[in-house]
Amino acid sequence: MKNLFKYILRLADNSLILGHRLSENCSWGPYLEEDISITNTALDLLGQAEELLIYAAEVENEGRTADDLAYKRPEIEYYNVQLTEQPNEDFAHIQVRQFFMDAFNFYLYSALKNSSDTTIAAISAKSLKEVTYHLRRSSEWMIRLGKGTSESKERVNKAVNNLWQFTSELFEMDEVDEALISEGIAVDLNEIKKLWNDKVTEIFEMANISKPEDGYKATGSRKGYHTEYLGYILAEMQYLPRAYPTAKW
Amino acid sequence: MSNTDNQGPLWEVFTQKKAGLAFKHSGSVHAYDKNLAIEAARDLFTRRNEGTGLWVVKSEDIIAVAPEDSESFFEPADDKIYRHPTFFEVPDGVKNM
Amino acid sequence: MSENIEELERQFQEKIDNEVKIEPRDWMPDGYREHVARQMSQHAHSEVIGMQPEGNWITRAPSLRAKKILLAKIQDEAGHGLYLYSAAETLGISRDTFLQWLHEGKAKYSSIFNYPSLNWADMGAIGWLVDGAAIVNQVSLQKTSYGPYSRAMVRICKEESFHQRQGYEIMAKMMAGTKEQQQMAQDALNRFWWPSLMMFGPHDSDSARSSKALKWKIKRESNDTLRQRFIDKTIPQAEFIGLKVPDPDAVLQPDGSYKTGEINWDEFWNVVKGNGPCNKQRLDHHIKAHEDGKWVREACLAFAENQN
Repeated sequence: MKNLFKYILRLADNSLILGHRLSENCSWGPYLEEDISITNTALDLLGQAEELLIYAAEVENEGRTADDLAYKRPEIEYYNVQLTEQPNEDFAHIQVRQFFMDAFNFYLYSALKNSSDTTIAAISAKSLKEVTYHLRRSSEWMIRLGKGTSESKERVNKAVNNLWQFTSELFEMDEVDEALISEGIAVDLNEIKKLWNDKVTEIFEMANISKPEDGYKATGSRKGYHTEYLGYILAEMQYLPRAYPTAKW
Repeated sequence: MSNTDNQGPLWEVFTQKKAGLAFKHSGSVHAYDKNLAIEAARDLFTRRNEGTGLWVVKSEDIIAVAPEDSESFFEPADDKIYRHPTFFEVPDGVKNM
Repeated sequence: MSENIEELERQFQEKIDNEVKIEPRDWMPDGYREHVARQMSQHAHSEVIGMQPEGNWITRAPSLRAKKILLAKIQDEAGHGLYLYSAAETLGISRDTFLQWLHEGKAKYSSIFNYPSLNWADMGAIGWLVDGAAIVNQVSLQKTSYGPYSRAMVRICKEESFHQRQGYEIMAKMMAGTKEQQQMAQDALNRFWWPSLMMFGPHDSDSARSSKALKWKIKRESNDTLRQRFIDKTIPQAEFIGLKVPDPDAVLQPDGSYKTGEINWDEFWNVVKGNGPCNKQRLDHHIKAHEDGKWVREACLAFAENQN
């Protein structure tokens, strides 16, 4: 059960932290319609996170709730990939981060909807509908920014270059994956990687974006190691429950 | 093109509540192209399960009757009550008509 | 020519008196057009600027449920701003122009949003009091004479009626909670009570534009009538969960309505003139978001042009 618990947390934390980052953007959109759309994506992700955390709490079976898992866990017990915690540097960074994650989630949930774990399968089937729409939107933004003005081209390429180092971590596997793959619960991320690469290549070509050379590859989130940003996210997010531990909200 | 920064053209949004019903005007959005328009419409007007169908059309492509033509367009229909179902008498007891 | 105008004005007023809605391409007096455009754009700006004090707590919402509800609520406000801008644009003024007027300080928004949100209970107080006051006004405005404005109001009222309940739920939870939570709730009420009464505007006797707006049925009820309705609903709601409105002069009268102390009108006019605690911060935020978004809008325009 420890493996399953950890695996669900990875999925949940990706959605929670990315949703949190997107929610920071509310009232900062480039125009009102887009502000509303970004918030929609954030709400989808927070909804996925909540469902997954409810399931994680159930699997752990130690009396913790979904909120306990979100609001009382320290950084070292958070397993989101580092890409999700990268800051909203500008609209290009927001959309590139989103595109990388949407493409990953799309293929991941497409596979996980056939998981032998029925709860994971059900959550994945529901999430897949949302993620399909997210991917459509972020792909379109890649193309618009890549083929927009000279400034937008420069910004989107810069964002791609800055965030590329965080993409290989998406496909890292450890003993948790191996154990769960053998039970038909988890999916082999090597296969997701191929699909993800093809998608990224396809959209980059359509958007005239060049793929960066591989350099430093971020790693660590599988063990709870993160970039410096996560600490600040959690400090803010967990402030009230930690400052008033007996209060109910 | 002097103005390189604006909100894009206005689009009118029509939603269909459920299959079989007529599309109804919901409001409008600004968008730069048709993909962004239909997505903005989706994100704004169907957040609460309000739709199973969605249309957007550029506002400038809608042709409307000018107010000054209103009389000549619409008032001639005033005295044609035979076009309305209640004009015809059906004997009591006849159902499903 | 002037006789012609008089006749048009007479016909216009007759439509208003007979509750016939005015539509964008109908003839209307310049004063009516200006008044409706100003009121709708201020209303739209208020929704959009109103995202900020609540947005201030999104990242610190204390539970997953609270975070989702708050985010969805702020999104609703963005949507309502959008409905109202679109309604205002039917008068032939673009959204860009409305935004420009806001940024230049020519257009106002509701002063309530120039107060800071300082603790989590403020999310309750804003929903309960600010949305509560707004909905009293908006329910009345569903019958406004300008068609697009009226339709926007109908839609907004449908979506917004539960915001007030959401806010009250937060207050009730805080009052049922720890001592610190109760203090936060009372503190939030103390700070938001008077500004929410100010939301209804000056006394009828001091409201220069009110009489014309009532005659044209842009506004359907006077500031003082609406304010009193809000007071009478809200004080019992406060008492029910153990809160006390910060007004030593508030007394229940035999007819069931409340007599209250006088609003600090100096403060009211000061904040309207731009000298409130957050006027500069709110406007700077909006201007910065707009300027930061410029390159994105330009990219969209350039892309769309290349597609054609």
